[in-house]
Amino acid sequence: MRIGLDVGSTTLKCVVLDDANNIIYKTYKRHFAQITETTVELLRTLRDEVPGAADALLSVSGSAGMGMAEASGIGFVQEVYATRLAVKRLIPDTDVVIELGGEDAKILYLDGTMEVRMNGSCAGGTGAFIDQMATLLAITPDELNELSHGCEKIYTIASRCGVFAKSDIQPLINQGARKEDISASIFNAVVNQTIAGLAQGRPISGKVVYLGGPLTFMDGLRAAFDKSLNLTGTCPDNSLYFVAMGAAFGADIGSTQATLAEGLERIANYHTEGRYLSCPPLFREQAEYDEFAARHAADKVEYASPEAYEGNAYIGIDAGSTTVKAVVMSENRDILLSLYRPNSGNPVPIIREFLTDFYAKYPKIKVVSSAVTGYGEEIVKNAFAADFGLVETMAHFFAAKQFMPDVDFIIDIGGQDIKCFKIRNGAIDNIFLNEACSSGCGSFLQTFAGALGQDIADFAKEGLFAKAPVDLGSRCTVFMNSSVKQAQKDGATVDNISAGLSISVVKNALYKVIRAANADSLGQHIVVQGGTFLNDAVLRAFEQEIGRNVVRPNIAGLMGAYGAAIYAKDCSRGESTLLDADKLKNFKHDVKVTTCGLCENHCRLTINTFDGGRKFIGGNRCERPTAKGGHAEHYDLYEYKLELLGGYNTKPDKPRARIGLPMGLNMYEMLPFWHAFFTKLGFELVVSPRSDRKLYIRGQQTIPSDTVCFPAKLLHSHIEALLDEGVDAIFYPCMTYNFDEHLGDNHYNCPVVAYYPEVIGANVPGLRNIKFINDYIGVHRPKDFPGKIYGILSKYFDGLDKQQVKEACDAAYAERDAFLAKVRAKGEEYIKIAREKKMPIIVLSGRPYHVDPEINHGIDRLICECGAVVVTEDAVSHHVEKFKVHVLNQWTYHSRLYAAAKYIGSQPDMNLVQLVSFGCGVDAITTDEVREILEGEGKIYTQIKIDEITNLGAVKIRLRSLFAACEAKEREARA
Amino acid sequence: MSCENCKSCEMNQETRIEFTKEMKKDYTILVPNMLSNHFKLLLKVFANEGYNVELLTNEGRSVVECGLKYVHNDTCYPALLVIGQMIDALQSGKYDLNKVALIISQTGGGCRASNYIHLLRKALKKAGLSQIPVISLNLSGLEKNSGFKLTLGLIRRLIAAMAYGDILMLLANQVRPYETVKGAADALVDRWADQLVAEFDAGKGFAKGALRSYMQQIVADFAAIPVDRSRKCVKVGIVGEIYVKFSSLANNHLEEFLASEGCEVNVPGLMSFILFKVDNRMEDIKLYGGSKAKFAVCKVLYNYLAGIEEIMIDVVREVGRFNPPTAYSHLRELIYGIEGYGCKMGEGWLLTAEMLELIENGYGNIVCAQPFGCLPNHIVGKGMIRRLRELHPESNIVPIDYDPGATRVNQENRIKLMLSVARENMGTAAAPEKAAEPAREPATV
Repeated sequence: MRIGLDVGSTTLKCVVLDDANNIIYKTYKRHFAQITETTVELLRTLRDEVPGAADALLSVSGSAGMGMAEASGIGFVQEVYATRLAVKRLIPDTDVVIELGGEDAKILYLDGTMEVRMNGSCAGGTGAFIDQMATLLAITPDELNELSHGCEKIYTIASRCGVFAKSDIQPLINQGARKEDISASIFNAVVNQTIAGLAQGRPISGKVVYLGGPLTFMDGLRAAFDKSLNLTGTCPDNSLYFVAMGAAFGADIGSTQATLAEGLERIANYHTEGRYLSCPPLFREQAEYDEFAARHAADKVEYASPEAYEGNAYIGIDAGSTTVKAVVMSENRDILLSLYRPNSGNPVPIIREFLTDFYAKYPKIKVVSSAVTGYGEEIVKNAFAADFGLVETMAHFFAAKQFMPDVDFIIDIGGQDIKCFKIRNGAIDNIFLNEACSSGCGSFLQTFAGALGQDIADFAKEGLFAKAPVDLGSRCTVFMNSSVKQAQKDGATVDNISAGLSISVVKNALYKVIRAANADSLGQHIVVQGGTFLNDAVLRAFEQEIGRNVVRPNIAGLMGAYGAAIYAKDCSRGESTLLDADKLKNFKHDVKVTTCGLCENHCRLTINTFDGGRKFIGGNRCERPTAKGGHAEHYDLYEYKLELLGGYNTKPDKPRARIGLPMGLNMYEMLPFWHAFFTKLGFELVVSPRSDRKLYIRGQQTIPSDTVCFPAKLLHSHIEALLDEGVDAIFYPCMTYNFDEHLGDNHYNCPVVAYYPEVIGANVPGLRNIKFINDYIGVHRPKDFPGKIYGILSKYFDGLDKQQVKEACDAAYAERDAFLAKVRAKGEEYIKIAREKKMPIIVLSGRPYHVDPEINHGIDRLICECGAVVVTEDAVSHHVEKFKVHVLNQWTYHSRLYAAAKYIGSQPDMNLVQLVSFGCGVDAITTDEVREILEGEGKIYTQIKIDEITNLGAVKIRLRSLFAACEAKEREARA
Repeated sequence: MSCENCKSCEMNQETRIEFTKEMKKDYTILVPNMLSNHFKLLLKVFANEGYNVELLTNEGRSVVECGLKYVHNDTCYPALLVIGQMIDALQSGKYDLNKVALIISQTGGGCRASNYIHLLRKALKKAGLSQIPVISLNLSGLEKNSGFKLTLGLIRRLIAAMAYGDILMLLANQVRPYETVKGAADALVDRWADQLVAEFDAGKGFAKGALRSYMQQIVADFAAIPVDRSRKCVKVGIVGEIYVKFSSLANNHLEEFLASEGCEVNVPGLMSFILFKVDNRMEDIKLYGGSKAKFAVCKVLYNYLAGIEEIMIDVVREVGRFNPPTAYSHLRELIYGIEGYGCKMGEGWLLTAEMLELIENGYGNIVCAQPFGCLPNHIVGKGMIRRLRELHPESNIVPIDYDPGATRVNQENRIKLMLSVARENMGTAAAPEKAAEPAREPATV
């Protein structure tokens, strides 16, 4: 008899096998982070119920069991290895195992070369991810599974990381997309994540076995895998217990062995209290807390009785990402009525109920103006014909001023976003929003509380008097899960974890989002708000961390709505358009999903129609489906560049060969050069097609590193496209060096741009049957270049003439200059037009490849829609002489950024928005420097991080805030 | 070290605090730690040159916190740790902040690492410590300090110290798992480190002849340690980004963990990395054109280093008990046809070549350690694993990411899986087979 115990991230699974390896006992239990206690309990029951078990060998598996097994001298089998042992014995003809667990995802290849793939530091696509998404939809995971069966449409949801997925799903919810469709899309995202992130090019075929909790319990998820893999996988009996069985099978492999009786005794004595790193406690004693509570009780807006009030009132609504907030405000800014509710995926019925209720109860109050802010601003504004919409940053600022007229810093930690604004001279001077990877802080607390079966307020409260809060550091939530796991392993109790999480939320905000070095760099007068700060533990942690007292308004969760109400009052026209009681009675809301056919994006639109013909369309990436009178005039240098590049499609009459050029990374700049070069030599240059989602997915399977930047990942698909095209050779040279533009100390490419051809060569199997030219070339030495390139090409093609190559090189350099000149000239032209028409100018700065619409997600167009003119960094960088920066200025593309930032300093009507690809290591250096240069010139720095995500909502907030801040600055300059 | 074509790095440096001759007299120069034994010897060389140097040994969460506080969080983990370690030390109250300087290496390559010194200065400014001079340790003339000069003699002595460090590490790794008296190998390392320090004080041990003779004694001493070769140890190689590969602070004491799992580790040394960096400059000239004179200078340095390397290989081979270090020229052969010689940023093709070397020497179980999001490692680490597995299906490579948030439990779990597979392979095929030499034309320098 043998006993196998699988200690997973959320559950315990245990089997007892008899000598013929039959399961004679099995049990499954959630451990709610109380691993040791639950294990002891479970093993005791087992000992008492199964005769003879006490003397059987006990073997542990599972990541959370590792420490316990080691410390207790019990045999341990690594969990993937355990799966393998079990599958080999029970289903020997298995080719591939897909196993999803609470926080892990694994693929096990058993056919041919045995190989295991586990999820790495990015842990999207696991059970925890599905749970988190279900929480977001306010349903249980089982309901999510049920709903998925009724799906009609699949939305694209970024699957790399739970946080990204959230920012894709939230807008869908807010736009009123069907839950059935969202549910199925979540499963689809998990499938994509597993295939893209883990399989990495190795095909999944043959006999596929599904194991682990999510795949056992959710047939919708299995169906999604089946569909995507185009096969029918099996979920065997006892699919939950394979790891436990594997542990039992492997009980005698290692040198460490113990029986159940021995193991049980040792585990019961396994105390690890206090071995983890800890922070100082939040409060040492009750008196300290009382003082703190009294101080904060003083910061408040008065609530006035709505029964007693007669007269004008103003309504502010904040349709946030996870909650809906509303405020009815009196003439003297008292709050008459308020609402704070989870939006459960759809804010519309909540607002409707609130308004209906309000009109019925308080007929003497007259609403004269209303304003909406937040993620759901547009749908709510349209649904209820509200008077105004405003960007949420401004709403929060208006509200904060009410509490602290000289406020110079506001930090808002909401459900899934952190927003911080610096205020200088009464205007928003700088905005920090959390970028995709560190967001989700508030809802993270919530999800974690949920995992422990508590609500967030109780959970946070538990940490107030914790003696040794766990030091979890500052890192994105996905990492935090395993930090917590580690702390639990080290014996941290729930109160210390709770306090630790509150502290880490604060550290995340301070060091990841704001990157403050000390309290003074934030400001002197700080207002904190957002639902997360309603938890005293978070507030206390914040004050401790910055070493300064701050103001938390009593309406910390309502600030957006309150600010909107103030705005509504300030802008009031005396008569509100907001639906009144009568109109609300006839309120109707229909949602239809359709695919837009107006351009090649084929956005999935959710069309919300309300009574009286009011309408709101969501899901669109451009203004086409919503624009009333066709295209507005716009000046967009990104578009122009793209057009210009599209023109390099001529070919010689009788080409000597067809050479394929993948249109990605540095090719966005090198195309004119190579086109001229090869055409001149009599080659036809075949350029890969325009990127799109479908193309990306096609090349996804050969990406070896899941944390490399999206532009690099996209390159794989362009290679595939060229292979399909049947070209004679693919030309994609390695380029350590770029052109020397004399703006920096050196002229490197970044390592990824420089050497990605090596990755392509090593990972795309199709290239084996074709000439793949990825030699090292140096265009930075024009004198040496012709001889070198002649030597390289002669290896692949016969009959090249040295003199002709020389001429082709001359043509190439000339064409590159001509291209740059055209871009600059057009840039000048647009700037001139902007100045004539008094339009703001945005220098949208990034890399040449950010011109690809699949990479920039149409941010250039979005800026144009905001009424600005878009130019590129390379259209202005040449105006600046080389100057001193505080970093080693050694990359050609980045030198342009610094130069562009410098130039803008002298141009009052220009602002810079920097596009940063997620995972771009080089930009960790450039962003700080660009910010420093701009702020040195008194400008606002705006950075937008982009990845696979297609959600433009957050980007829009940034841009609107930027424009609002610029306007405020201008107003002030005039005054 | 490969800041080619770099015309005006000095331009950046107008306002930087120079390390002056006066400072040399009474300033303490703090040195971040990477490889304790190597650095002990290297520091001794500096000390004998009249510098007051001190190796930083502070560790723990406060170092990481300091890094997170003062360095852009998306910057690579090594920068965060090195800078964190320095600022943590400066803020410890242990040093007179007006009598202390810092030193950091600057390679000048296309990787982010060349910017560490600038990130350090930014961090110092943020921490209100901008009066502290920072010395750039580089061979490219990136930054100059009147109080700190790398003379040819000094460079020669540093190379010797590094070679001793490499040989001690190599031998200790091969003896430690098998020693019958626990701690014998490490005690011998300490004894030799002390003895070499004494020799350095006497100005001895640097010439090639002396180097050979001391190294012969070292090998003989290690060969004399009683061992039990019947022990079945999993042979594991470690490659990776240089700091994470070597520094226990960065890799969560990876070598100790592997030792506790009963593994014999093989960590390719520093010598090939230095040769690689010198070779890169010649390779650049070959690939893209450039000055013949510069090529000749590099060639002299290259040949000198290769000569030292040859001694290291010879002395180990003579005794026959241990695996000698792999010659850089052989690494070049190994990578031929897999990656181009122009791939030079960070660890460049060398990292992949080291994996091939390890596979060839029977260390096909490999931990590839890198900072999370390390750019060169997307290419030469993770980017090449597929190709290596095609060429050597028996290889068993696990890439591990290190960053402030990655937890030890996750990292160790992944390594344990690799070890489970390794043990199984050991059962069936004893050890990974020696790779058959693929036919290809060798490349020469």
